[in-house]
Amino acid sequence: MTAIGQNERIRALALLRTMLRIRRFEEVAEIAQRAGEIPGTLHLSIGQEAVAAGVCSALERTDLITSTHRGHGHSIAKGASLVAMMAELFGRASGTCKGKGGSMHIADFSVGMLGANGVVGGGLGIAVGAAQGLRVRGSNAITACFFGDGAVNRGPFLESLNWAATFRLPVLFVCEDNGFAAFTETARVTAGAGPAARAEALDIQNVVVDGNDVIAVADAASAMVERLRRKAGPAFIHAQTYRLRGHTIADQGAYRDAETHSRQELRDPILLMRQRLTDWNLSEDMQKLQLQVEDDISAALAGARAAVFPAPESALAEVQDIGAPA
Amino acid sequence: MTTQTVLEAVRDGLAEEMRRDATVWAVGEDLHVGGLYGQYRDLISEFGPDRIVASPISEAMIVSAGLGGALAGTRPVVEMRIADFALSAIDELINQIAKARFMFGGQARVPVVVRLPQGMVTGSAAQHSQSLESWYVHVPGLVVLAPSTAADCKGLLKSAIRCEDPVIFIEPRAIWQSTGEIPECDHCVPIGEARLVREGGDVTVVTWSAMASVAHKAMEACVHSGTDVELLDLRSLWPWDTGAVLASVRKTGRLLVVHEAVQVCGLGAEIVATVAENVDGELRRPPRRLGAPRAPVPFSPPLETAYRVTQQNIEQAIREMVAA
Repeated sequence: MTAIGQNERIRALALLRTMLRIRRFEEVAEIAQRAGEIPGTLHLSIGQEAVAAGVCSALERTDLITSTHRGHGHSIAKGASLVAMMAELFGRASGTCKGKGGSMHIADFSVGMLGANGVVGGGLGIAVGAAQGLRVRGSNAITACFFGDGAVNRGPFLESLNWAATFRLPVLFVCEDNGFAAFTETARVTAGAGPAARAEALDIQNVVVDGNDVIAVADAASAMVERLRRKAGPAFIHAQTYRLRGHTIADQGAYRDAETHSRQELRDPILLMRQRLTDWNLSEDMQKLQLQVEDDISAALAGARAAVFPAPESALAEVQDIGAPA
Repeated sequence: MTTQTVLEAVRDGLAEEMRRDATVWAVGEDLHVGGLYGQYRDLISEFGPDRIVASPISEAMIVSAGLGGALAGTRPVVEMRIADFALSAIDELINQIAKARFMFGGQARVPVVVRLPQGMVTGSAAQHSQSLESWYVHVPGLVVLAPSTAADCKGLLKSAIRCEDPVIFIEPRAIWQSTGEIPECDHCVPIGEARLVREGGDVTVVTWSAMASVAHKAMEACVHSGTDVELLDLRSLWPWDTGAVLASVRKTGRLLVVHEAVQVCGLGAEIVATVAENVDGELRRPPRRLGAPRAPVPFSPPLETAYRVTQQNIEQAIREMVAA
């Protein structure tokens, strides 16, 4: 048993709480999707929760983030309401996007979450542009963008990094490397020494971190955010994690290496954090936390089931003010 | 009234809006030296490099800067240099900017103006000449403007900057240097209203952007030889002024739509279809379209001449339509 300070204890429990909220939200959503309650598919981040939880722990509410098609975790970690998020997945009027976006376009501007994105790499430029806009407004807020390892092979990756570095914008680039670009092992289609080396080539401060160690991610993010607040230019985190589920719910992952997968199951970030907190003699706190999270998730699920569907005419609302659909 | 070129008018229009609203800023290539055509000349000295952002050649990021900047509470003006280059940012324009408000359930507003200097100039060939306005009109979420005169370019640019919706602002590159009278004061032109260039009773000619200046010459020639042409410069392509077009066609019974874009699936098709659906038994002739052939824009002068819609083409079409 290791003795830890009160602040460290609070921080560790908060990080575990965020990861549990993401994990349980997605597990419950997965069941609801299979039961036909959620239309469309889901891109689950099960196994990757430490990246969202660790990075967002270093951000303020007024900071902005952009996300990916696998964005539930980022939204939850940034503080979006579980009730409104689950309602959105269910396509209900009380969803974060009034049922118009669904899982892949989940967003909550009230907490600075500027949207998941259905296009790989779609959020990178938006985050950089938001930083440029914040500069025009004289704001001190920063932006963070999550993107996957698949996105580093798209053009907007280079355009965004070069732009942020050229204009010294306070953008935290977070490459959430889960090992797969859809059904393809990313290493199979990616040249060079990895995402951080690409940032290094543009003189962007960068670090590679174990993306399944939430405290390591949080520490790396805090250090980088501190740089950003000093206006020292953009920063880049390459968080190495693993996608425990398929690309979508329908994907059984037949292309995965079985041995690697088994090994990664033992490196589940929540499992690792539980072991650490057990060592720190925090089992009782963990149990309490687990019960709270279950209550929150149950409330979100019940809320989504009870919520009404949007009125059909809202399909044509909020398209545009001038030249709106008839 | 003052007389200005289109370039001077749009430069002043942007400067006026930037003075009026500190959240308006512009981004694009070479803006620190006034932009490709000088439409941003000297603005950096007044507004500084944070509001006149001279960017790398990164079209996707230039458009993303507009979207991200809008989501962060500003009103960006995005310069694409030549309309064809926007194709390197088509995901950002179509998947992101046009849909952000809707798919996020109204949380986002995207008051971005995307400036596309468009169309053929001598020798500009296949990748620097295309008129793709009908693509943008097809996409929900976008307002599409294509003015032709100095006053309209200025007045609609100012309205576009104040608009809460994303605006594709197509600029008549071929006639940047043409001059016109600009009203004093805060000259804004309402979005969605056509400009009646000339009232007439024989035939309605509908056009926009640089083609409006060609059609204007054709109209003058036809009027001189006794045909009473009514000429409408559409100016706004989405929304377009269906009321003005339908009223005019009901009066004249003849419609000719002229555009520089390829005729197949051009905006002329939508206008003719709308007339066909709404004007019953009042047409004296089948409506006609004049647009480019479905071929890339060629380089060599004789090929270019063979390709483009000319004043003579328009005059001939008008004569054929009014012939007994």
